[in-house]
Amino acid sequence: MCGDFALNIELQGWSVKIQDALEMVSQTHPGMVRSHNEDSVAFDLPSGLVVLADGMGGYNAGEVASGIAVSVVATEIKHRLESVKPEEQDAFSGEDEAVVLLRDNVQKANSSIFHAAESQPQYSGMGTTIVAALFYDDRVAVAHVGDSRMYRLRGETFETITRDHSLLQEQIDSGMISKQDARTSKNKNLVTRAVGIDDDVDVEIHIHDLQVGDVYLLCSDGLNDMVEDEDIGSTLQMLRANLPLAATQLIQMANDNGGRDNVSVILVKVNGKFATPSGWVQKLLSWFKN
Amino acid sequence: MPAKLILSMDGVVLKEYVLNKERTTIGRKPHNDIVIDNLAISSEHAAIITILNDSFLEDLESTNGLAVNGTATKKHFLQNNDLIEIGKYKLKYLNDQPAQAPSADFEKTMVLSRPVKTSQAGAETSDFTRTQTNVGVGDVTGKFVAGTDGEVAAAAPAAVSQVAAVQILNGPNAGKELELVKSLTTLGKPGVQVAVLAKRPHGFFITHVEGAKFPMVNGASTGEQPHQLNDHDIIELAGVKMEFYFKA
Repeated sequence: MCGDFALNIELQGWSVKIQDALEMVSQTHPGMVRSHNEDSVAFDLPSGLVVLADGMGGYNAGEVASGIAVSVVATEIKHRLESVKPEEQDAFSGEDEAVVLLRDNVQKANSSIFHAAESQPQYSGMGTTIVAALFYDDRVAVAHVGDSRMYRLRGETFETITRDHSLLQEQIDSGMISKQDARTSKNKNLVTRAVGIDDDVDVEIHIHDLQVGDVYLLCSDGLNDMVEDEDIGSTLQMLRANLPLAATQLIQMANDNGGRDNVSVILVKVNGKFATPSGWVQKLLSWFKN
Repeated sequence: MPAKLILSMDGVVLKEYVLNKERTTIGRKPHNDIVIDNLAISSEHAAIITILNDSFLEDLESTNGLAVNGTATKKHFLQNNDLIEIGKYKLKYLNDQPAQAPSADFEKTMVLSRPVKTSQAGAETSDFTRTQTNVGVGDVTGKFVAGTDGEVAAAAPAAVSQVAAVQILNGPNAGKELELVKSLTTLGKPGVQVAVLAKRPHGFFITHVEGAKFPMVNGASTGEQPHQLNDHDIIELAGVKMEFYFKA
């Protein structure tokens, strides 16, 4: 009796697909000043994958760099997920496969950009920031390089869960400048790491547990330079019921405040649990199938 | 143009210094960059660390200390027009960086230095000295066209000159007035019907957020799109009628 009941619960849990548990939207805008949009965004709901990149480099090289980064990471991971389960451990490193997938493919994007830049003089020196997240098994693995960010709204708390690889962040960390003063710094937008400027890249990756109701925001600095974190947070809080409207509103706020840079956002809302069933349930299921 | 310091005493300008070094020292002894030969000044009184376009003032444990704009301080992130007081002397800090990049081709974000290849934990949190040496201008990869976007914190929302409010016209809260001071104000019942009022530079807009029904303005449904509000418009939402109006 009791066992049947437990099994039913697990079966219901098992049937939740990631598509039904998550909601994703994205928007990108060139802003009010720039003619080019050097940001690139992509998401794939069935894979639980979101990618955002902010390119840099003269003429259209920035667009090329962020475009390569996003397409390499998105298509490669999507392809690899056909044969690899993100929640399983990598035999070699013992890390979640999700972490390995993110690191390998950001590095792959890095070499693609680096080699394109080396072979085409007009692309020389191009590079890009990146923030990519893979949602799986009630968790999210977040990889980032540079100053594109991921924020989390959980209940009333809105905070960044990535730390910029930037001069300003280093200055804040070393206690040279307070967070308050950082707002008036004239050294914004100097990144200490980027994808595609060297033959190797150091990717920072962390895993976070998800809770139902969480809203995640990935954005380029065109948003957080123009809109205070507080205002971004309260906007998400108010509009969490309508994700597309929240995305539109954030971009509008950046543009209303001057829109001096390209602005891109991806929003992900966790509407339910989607844990992969634990070992014994799987065994039981396969036993039933036989 | 690099930032400058103007030294004066009793309103008389004595000398002008350009902050073109990573570290500029102020003190009584002749080896300082800015020498003030007065007994109230310590032999090494203070230093100014300049990193690209930002300068930081630091007290070097001087006997008589420092004040910036009338407040005693040990360490200060200098802002344009700050007045540093050392004894009877005053140093005015001037940093009039151009407000915007001169050309649209200029890039906003640039890479400071080549990435650290090793991923040891220490590489991340560099200490004060490392940060300084790391950012010597020579280290900046010249690959990216460096447009210094000098505009100070544009994050302050553009001001809307008009103040507006909504007043509830029916139900138990009839007569209540809600001033629209924030950039966003939500109205309605979560889970039933919610709309948001957005304050933008060119006016106020109402947009549907959730619920099966759209808000009504002057008896007509707004649909999903934002709808700009005019003075004395009547909003209807979840059975509650409200009047929108501008305040004098």
